Amino acid sequence: MILVFCELKDGKLRKPSAEALSEGRRLADASGQQLGALTVGASADGAADAAKYGADSILTCVAPSLASYSSDAFAAAIASAAKAKGATIVLGAATAMGKDALPRAAARLDAGYAGDVTGLSMEGGKLQAQRPVYAGKAFATTGFTSAVQVATTRPNVFAATEKTGPGAMESVEAPAGDFKAIVKEILAKGGGKVDLTEANVIVAGGRGLKSGENFKILEELADALGGVVGASRAAVDAGWGLSHGIQVGQTGKVVSPTLYIAAGISGAIQHLAGMSSSKYIVAINKDPDAPIFKIADYGIVGDLFEVVPELTKAAKAMGIGAHH
Amino acid sequence: MKILVCLKQVPDTETKIKVAGDGKSLDPTDVKWITSPYDEYALEEGLRLKESAGAEVTVATVGDDKAKDVLRNAFALGADHAVLIKGDGQGDTLATASILAGFAKDKGFDLVLSGNKGLGGDNSAVGPMLAELLGYAQANVVVKLEITDGKFRAEREIEGGTEVVEGSLPAVVTAQKGLNEPRYASLKGIMAAKKKTIEETEVAGHAPATGTLAMTLPAARAEGRKLEGDAASQAKALMDALKNEAKVF
Repeated sequence: MILVFCELKDGKLRKPSAEALSEGRRLADASGQQLGALTVGASADGAADAAKYGADSILTCVAPSLASYSSDAFAAAIASAAKAKGATIVLGAATAMGKDALPRAAARLDAGYAGDVTGLSMEGGKLQAQRPVYAGKAFATTGFTSAVQVATTRPNVFAATEKTGPGAMESVEAPAGDFKAIVKEILAKGGGKVDLTEANVIVAGGRGLKSGENFKILEELADALGGVVGASRAAVDAGWGLSHGIQVGQTGKVVSPTLYIAAGISGAIQHLAGMSSSKYIVAINKDPDAPIFKIADYGIVGDLFEVVPELTKAAKAMGIGAHH
Repeated sequence: MKILVCLKQVPDTETKIKVAGDGKSLDPTDVKWITSPYDEYALEEGLRLKESAGAEVTVATVGDDKAKDVLRNAFALGADHAVLIKGDGQGDTLATASILAGFAKDKGFDLVLSGNKGLGGDNSAVGPMLAELLGYAQANVVVKLEITDGKFRAEREIEGGTEVVEGSLPAVVTAQKGLNEPRYASLKGIMAAKKKTIEETEVAGHAPATGTLAMTLPAARAEGRKLEGDAASQAKALMDALKNEAKVF
């Protein structure tokens, strides 16, 4: 069996989990295996959604003690379900939770782990993963020698394809005992906006913005395009009060949105590493020789303080982003 | 309190990556090696606990003689003990975590700190694997850490915010940018570090469960086109191209 750890939020299957499930379905078809979805929590509301993405069976691990996320409890639940079903491949999305629980589950299963993969295939009955290394400066093909193989799929890379499966529901045993650590509280800061790693459109600013307050013009453009704001390391480290969580680059987030607009970012190697897998790149910079133009699909040489508000205006005039 | 800080030597972030002749590893020519920036936050947090709570800080790395540089640097910053666990650099995350676990298991560390990822494999897996193998609690990608009476409270980065993780020590905590501002080594510290002894040891670990079969560089992106005119016409041309040419919207 290929087992996919699925995250539920507000009674719905999370999109990155739907992507992992779809990829699991494809691999299961390619290797003649069953696809199982696993949910863990105080309720299984939304677990049935897994059938839409091709799950043959939906395993639900439900207990009141699992209402809040616990690394050790969730890892134990994943490993125990994998063992019970004899899963040889365990997948999940490379989200904050997936990246926390699945490596721990892998160690429990004596399994190799490939994180944040952008491609998966079956070769001679074993899983092979394509993944960015050195923050996207290079790509590696990872092979497994362990019996059980664990991988997390990078959000926004794999398509979530609807393909109805039987989705037979089955409850599995919840982990017992005291949990070593548990989430007590969630402190939201993003105002409900999607995370950079899951955004379709990112409008990022660099040192050229000159101050944190000036990021407001990027916010306005991002809002008009249905996107979110990012920043270069230079801007985050400039002491402008920008959150470290919006930094894009080798020492920040590695992103691959459909559209990445870089304003006032020159294009240091470590920044390019974090965003060069974006589908379309737009660069706005005063300096026509800025390295960012070398990888941009569209370049605007000009003053970002004039260009960005004009872009917002043009986007609104054309009704762009209105459907997001 | 006994703290272990696991460090990794990685290529400098401004390094241009080249693939070696074997087609699957990094060409080390011209690479400048540094301590992984995330490990610097981990070490700084350990040193602050040394100062505020009298913790004893041991730093360790799995590597060859070249990796002694990161240990020497940690001595200069204030680490009490430094250990080189000899390794050939061929280990994957499970192998590395099992070597670190084998080293740490009988030493009574209350807290194991490390970066949330190395800059290289980018799996972010050694921390959680190490926690599992040691049977410790874990909190990863942490931007704020408080330790009181054998318990920890950690704020860790999640999508669109942070979440508060609480648990009992012993624990593995991996650091994210924002946890602190790492200090610089003083001249006195650098001089003193030269006289300190780096212990060397060998620890048997798990055989690697994964291996790199090939490494390639991403296809170079073609330089696109520049949009001409004043700001208003550039803006209009861009939105037009994104909508009708790229079909982004």
